[in-house]
Amino acid sequence: MTDLIAISGVRHAYRTKAGPLPVLDGLELSVPEGRFCAVVGPSGCGKSTLTRLIAGLMKPDQGEVRLEGRRVTSPRRTVGMAFQNPVLLEWRSILDNVILPLEIVAPRMPRAERVARAEELLDMVGLAGFEGKRPSELSGGMRQRASLCRALVHRPSVLIMDEPFGALDNFTREDLWQTMRDLRARERFTCVLITHDLRESVFLGDQVVVLSGRPARTQYVLDVDLPEDRTIDILYDRRAGDMLHLLRDQIRIAQGRDDPPAHTGSDLLPGSAAQGLTTPGAARDAGGPGGAPDGPARKTAPDGATRGAAR
Amino acid sequence: MIRKVAVPVAALALFVALWELLVWANGWPDYVMASPSDLPQSYARFWGLFLTGAWQTLWRTVAGLALAVLFGLLLGMIMGFSRTARDGLYPLLVGFNAIPKATLVPVLALLFIGQHDFNTVMMAFLISFFPIAVSVGIGLSTLEPEYRDILRSLGASRFTIFRKIALPKTLPEFFGALKVAVTLAFIGTNLVEIVSPHGRGLGALFLSGQTNSNYPLMFAVLIALAVLGIALYYAVVALEKVFAGWAERPQG
Repeated sequence: MTDLIAISGVRHAYRTKAGPLPVLDGLELSVPEGRFCAVVGPSGCGKSTLTRLIAGLMKPDQGEVRLEGRRVTSPRRTVGMAFQNPVLLEWRSILDNVILPLEIVAPRMPRAERVARAEELLDMVGLAGFEGKRPSELSGGMRQRASLCRALVHRPSVLIMDEPFGALDNFTREDLWQTMRDLRARERFTCVLITHDLRESVFLGDQVVVLSGRPARTQYVLDVDLPEDRTIDILYDRRAGDMLHLLRDQIRIAQGRDDPPAHTGSDLLPGSAAQGLTTPGAARDAGGPGGAPDGPARKTAPDGATRGAAR
Repeated sequence: MIRKVAVPVAALALFVALWELLVWANGWPDYVMASPSDLPQSYARFWGLFLTGAWQTLWRTVAGLALAVLFGLLLGMIMGFSRTARDGLYPLLVGFNAIPKATLVPVLALLFIGQHDFNTVMMAFLISFFPIAVSVGIGLSTLEPEYRDILRSLGASRFTIFRKIALPKTLPEFFGALKVAVTLAFIGTNLVEIVSPHGRGLGALFLSGQTNSNYPLMFAVLIALAVLGIALYYAVVALEKVFAGWAERPQG
């Protein structure tokens, strides 16, 4: 199996009034074809920049991003994108929103063929019968489903998602995780998912990549060793619980906090308690500007530990 | 549906009744203020003049507005896509907009001597392009980057992105501005018609009413102007329903 996405030695800085602001420094990422890579990390660490690099919307200052073996220098038609904001076009029906990429990628495709393809996807995500509706008539979860259909309608080889489920309530989010799982079973694509939700990363991911605080480097890679056909229940399973604990600790390191974990691991229900295990002091400056400074935390995370457990 | 027609009609009837009552109660002669009952005879007597005047006012307003739409869209696009253009043009535009347009009447009259139609159309245009340019510029420059990215990530050209996303997304703002612009253009047309000698249109009819001390005629022109203004405004509303009706959310 070849790596469909290969990112090596990527550095990138934004030019700001206060001088260059490095966001990525030493980013490594490789995703084999057909695999699902979930990327987690503290907020503001440059995760969205990563999606724009893979999509070819930006070029890195240094290092290279390869897609299907070729270096990414400009946008490619083999990419689909979905964002936290579903960005559906209000003046188009749901069906015509889903068709939009085909108008760019396959301008000569007959309308009937486009409609058939869009309807196939809408049916898969449970939006059959909503083709004629306007986006404003749909709930947030339904809009996000339509947005997923649009990202996949032109059969991209890579699907890039930037916190697509971030604005949804918990139960809707879990529904969409399952929709995503089903879509993957039906359509073949490689996936990069940016998320803040560790449960989401474990449920959907084949591998979970933890990025360090800004400037982001690859801090940790976890191979998710769970069966393909996962159900939500698996998150309450011992193995998933252990992974979530591990990831939570890695996030704490990424945030630059070396205070000892507030749990002992075994005395907590795995999974359900894995989220929100921050120490009282740690909650204070979460996500603030300039958070995750280059503190002593970086030193206590020995480089040897930056590679994944199962690697 | 009945509500939609009955309420405005009732409001109008009430307004006319109050006006009549006001004049009657004060015992004002028609040279202080004409009453609604004075108007029908004015319309009857000068109906031909009203028709030609209304037509002249109407076509010059629409021509000026059409120019304003073209120029405003172009300027808005330039300002929407280029920061430099925005920074450079804004103070110029605001300054130009701040100039009272009445002062431009003699300037235009001297620039284009005798070209009354042209001057009138120019004024309607000059007074009304500003809101269109500003709103289109703001609409385009505040387009969320994700909207651009969904097509840009597929390698779509800037023009395609503009045509498929930026332009339709800006339509509600554009029509909002057009509603302001249409009344402004109307004012611009009438300004030239009233101020310049040997003018045409309803404005000139108003002026002749004044010079002949025919006060009911003046009031009749004002009412005719109001009716024409309402018609123009609702024409824009109808266009908006067709092209940007999607932006209207169901009430409820």
